[in-house]
Amino acid sequence: MAEMFSYAFMRHALLAAVLTGALCSAVAFFVVLKRLSFLGVGISHTALAGIALGLVTGLDPFWCGSAFAVATALATGHISRRGQLYEDTVIGIFFAAGMALGVAMLSSLKGYYPEIFSLLFGNILSVSPADLRLLAAVAAPVLLFIALFFKELLAISFDEEAALASGLPVKPLYYGLLAAMALTVMISVKLVGIVLASALLVIPAAAGYRFSKNYRGMFLLSLATGIGGSAGGLILSYYLDLPSGAAIVLFMALLFAASLLCRPRSR
Amino acid sequence: MPSQDNNSAVISVERLSVKRGPALVLEDISFEVKRGEMIGLIGPNGGGKTTLLQTLLGLIRPSSGRATVLGRPSGKLGAAREKIGYIPQNRTYDRRFPLSAEDVVRTGCCSPRTLLRSLRREEKEAAQEMLTAVGALHLAARPFGDLSGGEQQRVLLARALVRRPELLLLDEPSTGLDPAVQQLFLERLRQLQRSYGLTVLIVSHDLLSLAGFADRLLCINRTMHIHGEPQQVLHSPALQKAYRCTYDILEMAAASEEDSRHG
Repeated sequence: MAEMFSYAFMRHALLAAVLTGALCSAVAFFVVLKRLSFLGVGISHTALAGIALGLVTGLDPFWCGSAFAVATALATGHISRRGQLYEDTVIGIFFAAGMALGVAMLSSLKGYYPEIFSLLFGNILSVSPADLRLLAAVAAPVLLFIALFFKELLAISFDEEAALASGLPVKPLYYGLLAAMALTVMISVKLVGIVLASALLVIPAAAGYRFSKNYRGMFLLSLATGIGGSAGGLILSYYLDLPSGAAIVLFMALLFAASLLCRPRSR
Repeated sequence: MPSQDNNSAVISVERLSVKRGPALVLEDISFEVKRGEMIGLIGPNGGGKTTLLQTLLGLIRPSSGRATVLGRPSGKLGAAREKIGYIPQNRTYDRRFPLSAEDVVRTGCCSPRTLLRSLRREEKEAAQEMLTAVGALHLAARPFGDLSGGEQQRVLLARALVRRPELLLLDEPSTGLDPAVQQLFLERLRQLQRSYGLTVLIVSHDLLSLAGFADRLLCINRTMHIHGEPQQVLHSPALQKAYRCTYDILEMAAASEEDSRHG
């Protein structure tokens, strides 16, 4: 183990994995309770269009992807809240359209772009100190939002109508959560790539949900699964010579499977 | 505790009409509810009862007319909202949602006043007090989803009461409960209403039990069909017109529903 962390790139990767794991599991807590898992899948795939736009125009792919992801999340929320279309229908359309736009733009690129493969499947081993600073800069406001409005988000997730009647700013908080999800997805893209990013927004909280009937326990277990899964997956990928993104998601899925076996919720 | 004199109108609705999309759901409704009254809101399904409650809460804007609640226009309730307790229409809550009964009551403490801070000790104590008031303190630590329908309704009543409201708006709080539990719920509600000096507007399909508890009944089916004392309303031809059947049939339907539940 000591040998593994004698490499600077592995230390950076571990730090990125821990930070991303913590961020994802905090957001995943509300993604699972508010049943927004499919939205996470939609956001990550539409981000491809933004990333491709960045590559084509020479703008920063991360920020282009982030802008696209946030816009998609807010638009999906807005259209589905108007009640004319179901949320999963809206996501289904955005998901496919975003991917199609991304593929169309990428096809116009000439030559070989190794970052495309990294974006699709992640490359945590290439995380630089600058990437870590970016990660922290995005994670800080997202975690602050969750911490400041935790009890309100919980009340809204449980009973939105009662929360509205109490005068809580339900709509701004809902859109805030969607934007937080979108930014978290973009951070996860660095870790595991577009294809697998949404898994980090579901698995940690799903494992916590299995084990605990109490939200405090669920939140802590979600954090433990997110951080442990990301770090454990990274270490596993080093020893088994596996792609880090796939190893992280598989390791988390194994933790979830273990939660199924250990203590099924007696409902 | 009530801050205005006993004869003041807690709810005042004047020529209220409400549209949902192109459909006129409420038309030209007028009534008043005085402080300390317990009013039963009845009417057939789709008659606009829930829309009326949501309009009073300021969640829907009237297309014409006016609704004043606790002296404020319903669309601009502001701080008056703190004084309103609400139980939304009986729904199936996610049985696996990881909240205990006490956590659910605490969600009722959340309002614009509690934004950006933790709940204070007195707010947490209020949650326990209200669980005691509804006879559910022993359920405080139990997962909400594990409770029976009647227990859940008591917890939701405690949540509606936790901010010490002056006005309670309850949308079919006893639907889905068996008749004995419904009766107990209404008895408890009546008791709490008297001891806290609450004004209550309760929507229910169970005309017979509601008639035994409410001071007045309002019957709406898009328009106001009749309002008055329970016996007067129950035997009125206007009630039969609203439900499109006779009182005997309503009574028989209620009795057969009761039989089938006892089954």
